[in-house]
Amino acid sequence: MSLHPDDVTEILALLDSLDLDEFRLRTQRFALTLRRGEGGWTRIDQVLTAPHVVDVAEDPAADPAEGTAPAAARAPADGAAADHAGLHEVRTPLMGTFYRAPRPGAPPFVQVGDRVGPDTVIGIVETMKLMNSVPAGIAGTVQEICVPDAGFVQRDAVLVRIAPLDPGDR
Amino acid sequence: MIRRILIANRGEIAARIIRTCSALGIETVLAASDADVESTPARMADRTVRIGPGPSPMSYLNVDAVVRAAVAVRADAVHPGYGFLSENARLARACVAAGVVFVGPTPKHLDAVGDKLTARSHAVAAGLPRLPGGEVSSAAEAQRMAHAVGWPLLVKAVAGGGGRGLRVVESSAELAAAIDEASAEAVAAFGDSRLYLERFVPHGRHVEVQLLGDGRQVIHVGDRDCSVQRRYQKLVEEAPAPGLPGDLRSRLHTAAVALARRLRYRGLGTVEFLVEPERDAFWFLEMNARIQVEHPVTEALTGLDLVAEQLHVADGHGLRLAQEDVVVSGHAVECRINAEDPAQGWRPSPGVVDQVAFPVGAGVRVDSHIQPGSAVPPFYDSLLAKVIAHGPDRPAALGTMLEALRRTTIDGVATNIEFHVGVLGSPEFQVGGVDTGFLARHLNRLPETVARRG
Repeated sequence: MSLHPDDVTEILALLDSLDLDEFRLRTQRFALTLRRGEGGWTRIDQVLTAPHVVDVAEDPAADPAEGTAPAAARAPADGAAADHAGLHEVRTPLMGTFYRAPRPGAPPFVQVGDRVGPDTVIGIVETMKLMNSVPAGIAGTVQEICVPDAGFVQRDAVLVRIAPLDPGDR
Repeated sequence: MIRRILIANRGEIAARIIRTCSALGIETVLAASDADVESTPARMADRTVRIGPGPSPMSYLNVDAVVRAAVAVRADAVHPGYGFLSENARLARACVAAGVVFVGPTPKHLDAVGDKLTARSHAVAAGLPRLPGGEVSSAAEAQRMAHAVGWPLLVKAVAGGGGRGLRVVESSAELAAAIDEASAEAVAAFGDSRLYLERFVPHGRHVEVQLLGDGRQVIHVGDRDCSVQRRYQKLVEEAPAPGLPGDLRSRLHTAAVALARRLRYRGLGTVEFLVEPERDAFWFLEMNARIQVEHPVTEALTGLDLVAEQLHVADGHGLRLAQEDVVVSGHAVECRINAEDPAQGWRPSPGVVDQVAFPVGAGVRVDSHIQPGSAVPPFYDSLLAKVIAHGPDRPAALGTMLEALRRTTIDGVATNIEFHVGVLGSPEFQVGGVDTGFLARHLNRLPETVARRG
């Protein structure tokens, strides 16, 4: 449990009557700092109680395989750079959920082997309910799609690798 | 009797519901995704139960997971908050089948208002004015109907919400493409491609009426103005709606109550209207069958706890308020503080909150779920906090709000706090009664570097 807003109002009334400018209270359950500034009072508070998480054992959805699905979907670490020498990496500017197709069931934006231009959309990253299209950024051929559909990606994770179009080929 | 409740939501509304339940002596169990098990609401709740991974289709939108959790913890009731499954008739039915109270209207009510066309026909039957329009199932049919509706018009999803599946169409040439896009978006968002057309009113205001019913009696709890919107997302709300002429306000209240009476509505609901004060005219838009994000402005004006009233009627009791018990005093305004960066094209800003300081004092309320160290996951909407200011009149409330925003600090993620200061200080908003086009005009007046790309 945390403080109720009415508790804070009562503490403030007390502080005003005492002409105090700062008040700190820390218990096992919460921390509260009240500070008087030019325009009025400010509060900084924190609930310290640890969450009491209970397991619902008979829940079939609690199957560990399902629980670890998003971790498995995480973008692989980009350690093996040697294999990717000369490839252009399309990275996500935002963390979020990567979608390969414009909507469920639709064909993916790109497949391995597809030729793309700089403006070709290679996928969508959904962040906070906003859909952000990710362009290839370069002309070339799609070599690798690094994240499964609906996989979670951290910011700057590699989504797709593209072999740049060799200028000599043109 | 509700002794233990499962809260099937997250963020500020979960924290807000827990607060009321605790005050009422109701034991709280939070249904949380893996991304939220360490959140402030999880710390506030008596217990927390995991309902699935972070992405909402696997957790907060999973009806079976929510019902399983409710049954497993032997909850007497499920509070769905807003968004997610709050207006989902399947959840309401599953709760009934499991012998758990769904804190909301009946499944029949959810069916009646969730489908916008059904809602429109109920509104007409209750005598409410509505804009010309109707369902269309092909481009050819749309062209014929558009002729009768007139330009510009709106293409809307029958199952719509949150601005998805919505298109403004200026001319006949754009119609076919708009129908295709809106239909695809509606399928993706709601699994329902049905569309309807409606006349577009460019200089309308969004005014809504708060209702509370017990299945027999219905009262209204005043109105709110939510015209400050960006891409159909509300940013600032206030109550009462400023500057409604003559008896327009009471006609809105009467119309909203008439619709809810026809439905024999139970629970909290909101009827949204498009209002043109200059023409002394209003039209029914839709009805929302849940608690709204902006409910605190109504609470500030009336002193009521709407969640407590919602629980009271959900528990099977009759209304304990008569219409004359609802007394509105002063003016209230709410700013939605979001984790988004107006200076970077409104880019969302998930991450971890570092420092947080909120204003406190007379006439100020903050509803939030963030504290130092809170994660702001990328899976959900960007609402961090709602700052609510109340004063004896509108200028006083706006003054209190500006002071309150200046005392609000959130570090670690980008926010729109400064943007709100600019909106509140703009001459057009200060006068009051802006239309839904105001924010776009305001954005166009800003220097190129600041949030120009509205």
